[in-house]
Amino acid sequence: MVMMDVPTKVVYERPAVLDPRVTHYCPGCTHGVAHRLVGEVLEEMGEVGNTIGVASVGCSVFAYNYFNVDFVEAAHGRAPAMATGIKRLLPERTVFTYQGDGDLASIGMGEIVGAASRGELLTVIFINNTNYGMTGGQMAPTTLPGQVTTSSPTGRDVTRQGHPIQTSELLATLEGAAYVVRRSLHNVREVRRAKKAIRTAFEVQKKGLGFSLVELLSTCPTNWGLSAAEAREWVEERMLPYFPLGDYKISPAVAELDL
Amino acid sequence: MAKELIKGNTAVAEAALRAGLEAYFGYPITPQTELLEHLSLRMPELGRVFVQAESELGAINMVYGAACTGKRVMTSSSSPGVSLMMEGLSYIAGTELPAVFVDVVRGGPGLGNIAPAQGDYIQIVHGGGHGDYRVLVLAPASVQEAVDLTGLAFDLAEKYRSLVCIMMDGSLGQMMEPAEIPPMQPLKTEIPDWAVRGTDGGEKRFLTSINLDPPDQERLNYRLMTRWQEIEANEVRYKGYYLDDAEFVVVGFGTAGRVSLSAVRATRDKGIKVGLLRPITLAPFPNAILNELAEKVEGFLVVEMNAGQMLEDVRLVVRGRKPVEFFGRMGGVVPFPDEVLTEIERLTAGPLTTEGHPRDRWLARMAEVLG
Repeated sequence: MVMMDVPTKVVYERPAVLDPRVTHYCPGCTHGVAHRLVGEVLEEMGEVGNTIGVASVGCSVFAYNYFNVDFVEAAHGRAPAMATGIKRLLPERTVFTYQGDGDLASIGMGEIVGAASRGELLTVIFINNTNYGMTGGQMAPTTLPGQVTTSSPTGRDVTRQGHPIQTSELLATLEGAAYVVRRSLHNVREVRRAKKAIRTAFEVQKKGLGFSLVELLSTCPTNWGLSAAEAREWVEERMLPYFPLGDYKISPAVAELDL
Repeated sequence: MAKELIKGNTAVAEAALRAGLEAYFGYPITPQTELLEHLSLRMPELGRVFVQAESELGAINMVYGAACTGKRVMTSSSSPGVSLMMEGLSYIAGTELPAVFVDVVRGGPGLGNIAPAQGDYIQIVHGGGHGDYRVLVLAPASVQEAVDLTGLAFDLAEKYRSLVCIMMDGSLGQMMEPAEIPPMQPLKTEIPDWAVRGTDGGEKRFLTSINLDPPDQERLNYRLMTRWQEIEANEVRYKGYYLDDAEFVVVGFGTAGRVSLSAVRATRDKGIKVGLLRPITLAPFPNAILNELAEKVEGFLVVEMNAGQMLEDVRLVVRGRKPVEFFGRMGGVVPFPDEVLTEIERLTAGPLTTEGHPRDRWLARMAEVLG
């Protein structure tokens, strides 16, 4: 056997902004992917030292443990209000919230609509996995018709339990929202597209163009009762038809952005 | 600076601004709206932050975020709006942040009405939000005092990393009086070490009220409570009137205290030795002076614009050593000095008892008025 001196080329490594700790997220959950994408974007933009994150309540309540940026922890649903307070006083800083669907689209609907309508210069990373993950998989505002959860044990009956909220479509109607898109994390191609959207969202904030939000369809294998691979398929088969991927709001100024 | 005729709400707003307020977040509600309105013009004029929030819930959580930057921030509301803020207040307390809020109390419960009341005493002084925390509560009795306490509120909030409430009532908020507002102070330039601002390559800071490990939470609770002991030792404020030779003492705060003062003066004119203890800090409560008075006077009359909320704090200090009677008007009704005078005369005429509960006796008397 001949030892050869092969020059190494790093093709993949942990972004320095992410803390090298053991994850508390479940196997197959895409929160980790979303964290990484945000971390990569902040590094690529040179924004790590200039950023303040706002964690929410839900599985991502500990998001602040993973990011080596200044962080605060909001009350359930109130991250956009808290972020408003920070951003208004520190307008040169980049401020983002990281919220799940129960947090943002149920208890925090007032705060997200308020922030978006005011055109707050915030970036919102919105994780939609169709259930309350942290508390063990209850019905969320995004739970699909017929979907079984611990609080819709016979499947969500829309006549009794209402219809899922399509958050991006709803927020896109607001003038203050400059950039509202839905992406998914269920395969490599969509992950790459999601990263591009996250980059755009932070650029929109940096350039002062308005409120930006990226909705990310995410997996929750534990509460869906599926394997990691099955969960990714479930996103494709069940979630995509109700939550179509796409650009729901691109303001004229954002459309002119050359990234 | 000359005195000017100014409305209580406006005066507090201008005093806060001149004390270096950098961000205000609020929501309209009567009878405090002039405070928000005044700042909606003045803050942007000075390049400072004013946001009319989507709700009081939004407002207090904006305060929460803004307080994380270590700058001078506040909100204001009236009773129903303050109820909605209780969530955020608990989080602010749990994160040990300095912040000031104003409660211009109105008649309740529920929507109640927009008339002056003091029915929020228990909510503000003894609780409100969930968990173990205390709030410094300042209760002015005039527009000038409200102005003076506003500057103090920010200093105390920062000194103790604590919430400070200026608890007024609808009449103080709405009434116009001559007052002198202090000159404009420069904005604070020192940002405390704990405040978030972006790491700029340095150590990460994070601010939270979550402590999943109970021993960690207990350490926080202990720190909050020992800090409260320090506040109790250093920050009690009250005003005594005719206490030196008083045989009977009226205890009342805010507008009820002010109305009582008129009654006490009228009683003095009749040669009856009555004094007034007007707590300015409702929390910390002026226990020491009350305890001292309990040793030497013959009895107390507590006067409030509620059903006897501070009354329980007075009874706790007096501990049955002397008779304590109560007179209150509720639901936005402000007592007249004559009514208080009648109650003082009843007290001084006797007979006095330390048996039973003063609220029961008061309710029995009220039956003649309201029954």
